[in-house]
Amino acid sequence: MWIDPSRPAERALVTHGHADHARSGHGAVWATPETLAIMALRYGTEMGTPMPYGDGFEANGVKISFHPAGHVLGSAQILLEHAGERVVVTGDYKRRFDPTCAPFEAVACDVLITEATFGLPVFTHPPIEDEIAKLLAARAAHQEGCILIGAYALGKAQRVIAELRRAGYDAPIYIHGAMQKMCDLYAAHDVALGELILATGLAKAEMKGAIVIAPPSALNDRWAQRLPDPITAMASGWMRVRQRARQRNVELPLVISDHADWTELTDTLLELRPSETWITHGRTDALGRWCELHQLKARALDLVGREEEEEG
Amino acid sequence: MQAFSALIDGLIYTRSRDHKVRLIADYLRNTPDPDRGWALAALAGTLSIATVKAAAIRAMAEERFDPMLFRMSRDYVGDTAETVALMWPEVSADAVAPTVSEVIDLLNSTSRARAPIVLAGLMDRLDANGRYALLKLATGGMRVGISARLAKTAFGQAFDLSVDDVEEVWHALRPPYAELFAWGEGKSDRPDPADSAFFRPFMLAHPLEDGIVDLDAYAAEWKWDGIRIQIASTGGETRLFSRGGDEVTAAFPEIAAAFNGIGVVDGELLVRGDVQGGEAASFNALQQRLGRKNVTAAMQAEYPVFVRLYDILFDGAEDLRSLTWTARRERLERFAAQLDPLRFDLSAIIAARDFNHLAEMRAAAREAEIEGVMLKRRDSPYLAGRKVGLWYKWKREPLVADCVMMYAQRGSGKRSSFYSDYTFGCWTPDGALLPVGKAYSGFSDAELKWLDRFVRDNTVARFGPVREVEKSLVLEVAFDAVHESKRHKSGIAMRFPRISRLRRDKPADEADTIAALRAMIG
Repeated sequence: MWIDPSRPAERALVTHGHADHARSGHGAVWATPETLAIMALRYGTEMGTPMPYGDGFEANGVKISFHPAGHVLGSAQILLEHAGERVVVTGDYKRRFDPTCAPFEAVACDVLITEATFGLPVFTHPPIEDEIAKLLAARAAHQEGCILIGAYALGKAQRVIAELRRAGYDAPIYIHGAMQKMCDLYAAHDVALGELILATGLAKAEMKGAIVIAPPSALNDRWAQRLPDPITAMASGWMRVRQRARQRNVELPLVISDHADWTELTDTLLELRPSETWITHGRTDALGRWCELHQLKARALDLVGREEEEEG
Repeated sequence: MQAFSALIDGLIYTRSRDHKVRLIADYLRNTPDPDRGWALAALAGTLSIATVKAAAIRAMAEERFDPMLFRMSRDYVGDTAETVALMWPEVSADAVAPTVSEVIDLLNSTSRARAPIVLAGLMDRLDANGRYALLKLATGGMRVGISARLAKTAFGQAFDLSVDDVEEVWHALRPPYAELFAWGEGKSDRPDPADSAFFRPFMLAHPLEDGIVDLDAYAAEWKWDGIRIQIASTGGETRLFSRGGDEVTAAFPEIAAAFNGIGVVDGELLVRGDVQGGEAASFNALQQRLGRKNVTAAMQAEYPVFVRLYDILFDGAEDLRSLTWTARRERLERFAAQLDPLRFDLSAIIAARDFNHLAEMRAAAREAEIEGVMLKRRDSPYLAGRKVGLWYKWKREPLVADCVMMYAQRGSGKRSSFYSDYTFGCWTPDGALLPVGKAYSGFSDAELKWLDRFVRDNTVARFGPVREVEKSLVLEVAFDAVHESKRHKSGIAMRFPRISRLRRDKPADEADTIAALRAMIG
């Protein structure tokens, strides 16, 4: 039995729906109902055993259960219990408020297998309210054009939309065609996104003063040429570093991440105080060093198939 | 400080030049004195805070952070100031941000030893963007893609003045430029610095790509390989300026002392020697004299310098810049007659029959170790900057060699995540590779991506930020000259090396030998 296998496996436990964790072609899949819905949307009619948060089952004497990770809709940590020993695999997680998914739950454990995507002390995600305010100010100052935001189609896009709504922005939000189905799926799971309009095929004039959301790959693409004088924004934790934003030709960096920042990663370790920590994808070296400085036993796991700097 | 840090970030993320100018102009109009003057100085590169050096920032970081975590972070971010700004603990809600002038005053009034403490105190009062702007301001390297010229253009735009009018008085004024802003806002006349020796912008040349010019219309001179220098003297005071307008008087006191004319002249500073047509030493010799704040008598004796004069801008108080080159040349010859021939001579006009003859002479110039030829329109006035069609530089063709990539290092700034600095080597007779140079330019963005991928996929060892790679990739390297050097184990070094082509087709063992490179030494 594998967790988030990068190759088709007979039996797979899947933490969440992002493509580098949820691959297609497995035999049997256990995941939260939301994650299964996302996989079905992406890969067609895949079946699996739904595991709502808190539920579990037993296999080979190991009790397996799923707990909220706060990363995206349906994201879960996986707890493995055997002979009194508890192992938690965080998958990707964050600890900040997110109106589009269930909040992270700290699960006591002996071994913590943690992500470290933003595992460098330079990564502190600012309050999302500040970033949304920055976005709305840029829009107000650029009524003749539009703001084009690059955001991953699963999770980030819906979170940005929901946060805009929470800040009182109730105008229609324009979306790239690649996001529509995922937005519909979120709405079907009671995540209120307000009025969304497909940006494809509209005249430039219709989108003046608008906020448009597209996958990052569309930002510098021909697709964006149909928009009225767009300011290019990007919602990602990587935007914290100026040159990362510049390398992607981003004019309005929005530091919005669905991963734990350095403080969240280290605070979680201090809170759980696992007797051993395994660090998976991301900046394993720096978080390992921090563990050493804080007398926490840690080791890095090199995983294949995890691209550096893919999501953020 | 918030307005200034917002400006800096705006400039970093804005790609359009016009938009950058507008951002700066808005800031200069809407910010009070003296903050805006300090900011203008920071953008134009004229702000220098003697108490803060890059080492102070590192010292401050090492005090606060675990050195390993700092190094890993620095390696990722690619910029020390930004790394420190991002790692610094978040500001408390009740902190009051300092103004730009408060920052300048505090740093200027402290000592170098105490500067890190003062700086840390300021850091505690700023958010992450403010901390970044503070560190950039304190160390003087803004790196926001703004040239001094663009900063002056923005000042001109803010107050509806022509940039050439601004340029003309700029170098006589000092930060925070109160007189300049008073003039801009119409509260006073244009500053009149006539009684001081100050820098006037150089006239510069375009490269002659592949055209032919008529020697009846253009005069030809040799292109000397030293440093361009301007001498300005009021009689009471003589000052020397380099290309960018930086004062270099202290580095060449014998030149300032020997200059007994009154006026402003333009020339090339050279070391006496028997290279460069048998008249001057190589640039390498001049390098021994550069970058020194003070110079010993022994240095002056070992590397005797002189100035080869090109042009005259002022004779006494008379501004000659609107005259033709021909008329100025005549005035220069008369002016030079009064100067000490040991320290000053005239750049000779090349007597070529026609352009083809000149081309032959240029082709022979490599033997004489001369960099190339300058072509100056005989009827051109002396204008600031590069003006199309007036002056051309016609450098000799670069030399090239096929070298093998040995090591790569991550770049900084825009290239911070890319392996963009390459050390390359050539073969010894017994089949070993020895480094002969390092280059970080000459390739396109697409080639950089490919090179970065090559480095990552072919790493054989890591030494901190440096990766040693599989010795399999041939780089064609272009360079201006090669000379003896103790810096490299190979005993030779290149001048201005840059990657001219990726020779993915060429097997590494067919790259050039050290002996072949050595044969190119002058």
